[in-house]
Amino acid sequence: MAILSLQNLTKRYGALIVTDGLSLDVEKGELLGILGPNGAGKTTLFNLIAGTVKPDQGRVFFNDEDISGQGVSERCRKGISRSFQVPHPFGRMTVFENVLVGATFGRQNSSSQPEAHAADVLELTGLKSKANTLAGSLTLLERKRLEMAKALATDPKLLLLDEIAGGLTERECQSLLAAIRDVHKSGVTIVWIEHVVHALLSVAQRLMVVNFGKKIADGNPATVMASAEVKSVYMGEDALV
Amino acid sequence: MNTITRSTRLSKVAGVISVVLVAALIAVPWWAVASTEHLLAEFCIYLALASLWNLLAGYTGLVSVGQQAYVGLGGYVLFTCSVFLGLHPILSILLAGLAAALVAVPVAALVFRLQGAYFAIGTWVVAEVFRLSFAQMTALGGGSGYSLPVPIIKMLGDAKPVREANIYWISLALGIGALALVYTLLRSKIGLALTAIRDSEIASSSLGVKIDRIKYAVYIAVAALTSMVGCIIFLQKLRISPDAAFSVNDWTAFVIFIVVIGGIGTIEGPILGTIIYFLLREYLANLGSIYLMILGALAIVIMLTAPKGIWGYISKRWNIALFPVGYRINFKD
Repeated sequence: MAILSLQNLTKRYGALIVTDGLSLDVEKGELLGILGPNGAGKTTLFNLIAGTVKPDQGRVFFNDEDISGQGVSERCRKGISRSFQVPHPFGRMTVFENVLVGATFGRQNSSSQPEAHAADVLELTGLKSKANTLAGSLTLLERKRLEMAKALATDPKLLLLDEIAGGLTERECQSLLAAIRDVHKSGVTIVWIEHVVHALLSVAQRLMVVNFGKKIADGNPATVMASAEVKSVYMGEDALV
Repeated sequence: MNTITRSTRLSKVAGVISVVLVAALIAVPWWAVASTEHLLAEFCIYLALASLWNLLAGYTGLVSVGQQAYVGLGGYVLFTCSVFLGLHPILSILLAGLAAALVAVPVAALVFRLQGAYFAIGTWVVAEVFRLSFAQMTALGGGSGYSLPVPIIKMLGDAKPVREANIYWISLALGIGALALVYTLLRSKIGLALTAIRDSEIASSSLGVKIDRIKYAVYIAVAALTSMVGCIIFLQKLRISPDAAFSVNDWTAFVIFIVVIGGIGTIEGPILGTIIYFLLREYLANLGSIYLMILGALAIVIMLTAPKGIWGYISKRWNIALFPVGYRINFKD
């Protein structure tokens, strides 16, 4: 059963079409990776799913409910949560308070112990020792972890990760991957946009490639990576010869 | 179990000192001379205006340059209720709060369509519209203004010292009340949302915070309280005119100065800022326009060297808060 279903989504900025009639079904429990060159419309796709941006055409279904007209915070409480490509920490709040915001306002069942839930999330994401540190003073890796922790604090059913491995060292990347695997194992559906291809391929069960707002390949990661069209997008026309 | 603490030793000391200070302030009419009492009443008024503007601009990001709209509206409600209905000033103050809340609803619907600098200019335009509208009302003195009828003034006490003590206590109640309200609000669940909105709106809404609803609520509540403060201002002045009531300098520019040098987005900032503003004013105001140049220069220096204001610098440097609103977690193991 599809947890997320995008039907014929189109988004234009003036003459520029950033999402061009894109349709996509994400199955419950799946870990879908999204690849595409810069400017392909990947982050816009997340904005359309999370509700930050409204489509010009098309619909978004979540658990078979049409959520196209709903705002960001409403979709969050329904179970859609995202991490931002450029981390958006609450800089003058502590790490614990950052996570507590999501635990208090972002969950469907918000009555249940937000403090305890936030503490659990810090443990899961390895941020326990930083709990009382101001988020503004964190390192890049810690900020990326915090992005994920905030998203997880809302008890998401669908987690959207936007280039969360970018800029990390290989070791940092491995520890982040372990955390992502744990979250996926706990039953959360994940859609992950990433430029760090080997990291993405090590966990993705399915791969979609977009270019100019269109889906150019979708399916088994190995097959997709081997396809001629994907190679041409990534390595230029010459690679085909 | 993990434990969560929301106070520190310093904040407990600050709490005790605050209680003693408030008690001393309540007793001012018995121990201080009239001029001191008058100055402290004005201090409370600016403390209230600054705390309210800080809540609005510092937390919800609604940088209004038009709060004089509500100061003036409050003053005019007081005069209208007094002149035409003969109501007791305290009742007028409550009605002024209610009236401003009602007026703020359509005004919010209008100015909330504007973002950033346009919002600031939009609020100023609204205040100017208010000023020009009240200047047209001949029943309230038109452009030249109106004086508060003597029988209304006497409702606050026949003898001048009694009257002035009453006005002082009302000012004190509004000043401390505004501060206590901001503190209580920021410690509540809504406070967590407000602090998050202060730091990042986009991240807050992505975590389920209903930003629009909170902004509307804060704007309307701040308008109501600002209007009540406006009442007491003109109860003190005994005379109102559109230019004095809707003065962008007196009721917004100085208030922004106070909040910016004190520390925007903190509870302590407006308190510290009001103290600094009054110290400067008491010692330098007789320099005339040079005094204003000093204020401007000081604001620029502080904005360049400590963008979060003096308290912002102190609290970051030593990681302290006198009135903490945050949460500290101590893990069991």
